[in-house]
Amino acid sequence: MTSQHTSTVSPQSLVEHALATTVADDCLVIVRDATSANLRWANNTLTTNGVMHGVTVTVVSFIRRAEGVATGSVTGSASSQAQVTALVEAADAAARSSSPAEDANDLVPGDAAADWDDAPVHTDIHVYDAFAPALGEAFGRASAAGRVLYGFVNHELTTTYLGSTTGLRRRHVQPTGHYGCTGKTADLTQSAWVGGATRDFTDVDALVMEESLAQRLGWGKRRVDLPAGRYDTILPPTAMADLMIDAYWYAGARVAWEGQSVYSKRGVGTRIGDVITRPGVNLFSDPAYDGLQCAPFTVATTSDNEQSVFDNGLPLGRTDWIRDGRLTSLLQTRHSAAMTQQPVTPMIDNLALTVDGAAGSIDDLVAGTERGLLLTCLWYIRVVDQQSLLLTGLTRDGVYLVENGEITGAVNNFRFNESPIDLLRRFSHASQTVPSFSREWGDDYFSRTATPALRVPDFNMSSVSQAM
Amino acid sequence: MSAPGLDPTFTSLPYRSLGDAALSRARELGVSHADFRFERVRYQHLGVRDGVLQGASDHEDLGFAVRVIHRGAWGFASGVVLTTDEAVRVAESAVAVALVAAEMTPTPVEIAPEPVHDDVTWVSSYAVNPLEVPVAEKAALLIDWTNRLRTGAAVDHASADLQQVQENKYYADLAGTRTTQQRVRLQPGFEAMGAGADTFDSMASIAPPVGRGWEYLTDGSYDWDDEIEQVPELLAEKLKAPSVEAGTYDLVIHPSNLWLTIHESIGHATELDRALGYEANYAGTSFATYDKLNTLQYGSPVMNVTGDRTVEHGLATIGYDDEGVQTQAWDIVKDGVLVGYQLDRAMAHMKPELNPADSGGGRSNGCAYADSPGHIPIQRMANVSLQPAPDGPSTEELIGRVERGLYIVGDKSWSIDMQRFNFQFTGQRFYRIADGELVGQVRDVAYQATTTDFWSSMEAVGGPDTWVLGGAFNCGKAQPGQVASVSHGCPTSLFRGVRILNTTDEAGQ
Repeated sequence: MTSQHTSTVSPQSLVEHALATTVADDCLVIVRDATSANLRWANNTLTTNGVMHGVTVTVVSFIRRAEGVATGSVTGSASSQAQVTALVEAADAAARSSSPAEDANDLVPGDAAADWDDAPVHTDIHVYDAFAPALGEAFGRASAAGRVLYGFVNHELTTTYLGSTTGLRRRHVQPTGHYGCTGKTADLTQSAWVGGATRDFTDVDALVMEESLAQRLGWGKRRVDLPAGRYDTILPPTAMADLMIDAYWYAGARVAWEGQSVYSKRGVGTRIGDVITRPGVNLFSDPAYDGLQCAPFTVATTSDNEQSVFDNGLPLGRTDWIRDGRLTSLLQTRHSAAMTQQPVTPMIDNLALTVDGAAGSIDDLVAGTERGLLLTCLWYIRVVDQQSLLLTGLTRDGVYLVENGEITGAVNNFRFNESPIDLLRRFSHASQTVPSFSREWGDDYFSRTATPALRVPDFNMSSVSQAM
Repeated sequence: MSAPGLDPTFTSLPYRSLGDAALSRARELGVSHADFRFERVRYQHLGVRDGVLQGASDHEDLGFAVRVIHRGAWGFASGVVLTTDEAVRVAESAVAVALVAAEMTPTPVEIAPEPVHDDVTWVSSYAVNPLEVPVAEKAALLIDWTNRLRTGAAVDHASADLQQVQENKYYADLAGTRTTQQRVRLQPGFEAMGAGADTFDSMASIAPPVGRGWEYLTDGSYDWDDEIEQVPELLAEKLKAPSVEAGTYDLVIHPSNLWLTIHESIGHATELDRALGYEANYAGTSFATYDKLNTLQYGSPVMNVTGDRTVEHGLATIGYDDEGVQTQAWDIVKDGVLVGYQLDRAMAHMKPELNPADSGGGRSNGCAYADSPGHIPIQRMANVSLQPAPDGPSTEELIGRVERGLYIVGDKSWSIDMQRFNFQFTGQRFYRIADGELVGQVRDVAYQATTTDFWSSMEAVGGPDTWVLGGAFNCGKAQPGQVASVSHGCPTSLFRGVRILNTTDEAGQ
């Protein structure tokens, strides 16, 4: 065995080693120490499961030349100084061979944060010490009652260390967890789902999950087949999370400025300042949002339309994307902010939608509906047309008929075609905002959301899906 | 630049000693099965916009994993510290996970036995490793593409990017199989964007991603210059094109679009783990349930589909899968009838009749794959391909058979339900067909169908000259999520009476 793989060192010393090793004019290092533990099940038995640990180091080197600043970004698994040395050499070489960066800016200055010296925080399989036995019991209850459970729980703890030759030292610990369980009747003709986000699994009970699925499957005892069409539809918070994440991801300022998004002004420029939804609608991100806390500084391993390696370490605070129905900000780098002559508003790793004056829960929306549909969640959502941000996708694991304020049966699934921006203009009722979890994007990409349920009087169900 | 062969910077890594240590420890702990997988996956991405390199980044995943079956349950753990002590610790961790899992695993896990392949190597078919080509040379090519695209009067902006991957894997198990493999793949692409009087749109390359090297961009096997010259004019025509009238049309679909429909409506639908419910909480299940084997009329009699992990330059092609199984090719749909599924070793044990072994029992057909050292292998997609008719028609002949229809080229938006019934796809460009002739582009088109209706409406498949191996780098599945690359070959094909939507109408605009 070669010695280069025999030592382990702290993330902070990997950062300092990289900064001491580089021969570039400036350098920036991001170390991510990530652990995760998961359980997966199907057909009332555990299937795959595991624990993972990874340490990745990103080195971004900056070379100043007369014509501008060139950068090189190299990321790799690394747990020794020798491995980091190789990454630094590769990043320095990449910067030397690169052309000047159009997003060049001064690196963010700073000093060491108070928690810089703290060790990374890890999770392991014992995060499920309470959940796992209850899950085993839930399997038994489900089997006895003729129900079948399929699901997944995942918990991750990622500690990020960011250091630069300008003195900046930042650390952030990010817990991310979620649970999701699909329940089916034994004949597989009915399907239901429950799921959500959690930071530590102290608030997740497998038996409660199973009881909720039993209730939902019970709603399906009466089956009603409905054709495609426009329906008075209640979108639960999870569905709104799905749709708002798409509205957020496609809110890049540069692309809008260059005329290629729903946020573009015809001719040239963005729609910032325009009213794009009904009044009282607010879409914002806030690193300090209670229960959805995320990194309060920018972390970018590469540059593209929506992020810049030069912006690493920029402090992040509450940012309004839509305020009282008016488009307020778009996703910016310092480069795109200068291009669009707008404030610097980088992407933040959480998202909240609120409606002024909204009160009550999704149950209240159901109670106020004479005849309509209650969705469980959405699935396979993709952009059809960027100009309107038309999305297509499907309902999944439970569409329920609401009659005279009560759930009276289960309906077939549908394919929908809708724009989230247009929905924010057309909805008739909203509930209070609550923590939510995107079924489509929450697992792997974006799990920190808070959204209300919305009732939309004419939601476009384009065709019937036979899926059950 | 190295000729194809195992990369010495990989073979110098200590995977054999780590594997020996991990497997020895697992054996000491009494497991019934253990495998060790060591991976180094190198990625490089270049992005260019309007003649400027926006970002060039390299990423490398390096680490190892131990998977065990112990007391009837799976246990899995992974690590990144490349020491024998850590390999032993990870093996112990995998066993500990299995002990936790055993409490919730009423049906013991078993896997199909497989022939032992002792210390074999396999390297994919390529000439020049793209990761060994200087970044400046690659960036210059992409910059040139965007500059040339922007000379078109209709093009306001242009982007180009290049994804490259070198994947090295070492696998060893307690039965004695040891495989060392290397494969290379790349995905070049570009897109031109423009605006009309009241609309904006784009036109992207239809070049497929491939399991080839840098030569894909230089040896003339794909005519990049011709496509770059054509795209600005095609975009200009698209921006001025009339909006489609919604209704029912006959479709002639080019392989650059049809590969994705195959991927979604056949590839995923014939994964046995989905058919058995293992993906019910995430990717979904399948309408093609096991009870329909050999009876389900999937499509018309001209429909013949194979699963294949051996085709040259295929993105899912490899010598041995991530369970040590030698890869194979087999029938999935024959004469329109469902006859096969994609399997891993656990699935093969459950359904031995699907791929009987000479010694009795079943065999896997080699579809286990993990996208990184930190992820557990699951059943992933082979290169699932629609076969051409040996003496089949040309694309022009297929168009000539259509009185009122659309000719669809290039993929764009895609979506399908969780049982693979209802799908909706768009494309890069849609040409109206009138009386057997192309009569210009139309806009705002999406086609929507149910899988078996769509494939039953397939009247004809083109000949071998129309067959193209398409594919994707970004197929997602499983929890935790994993990404896989996969190819799908198909000929140009003719479908009768498919529902066409006008997407502007759908948006209520």
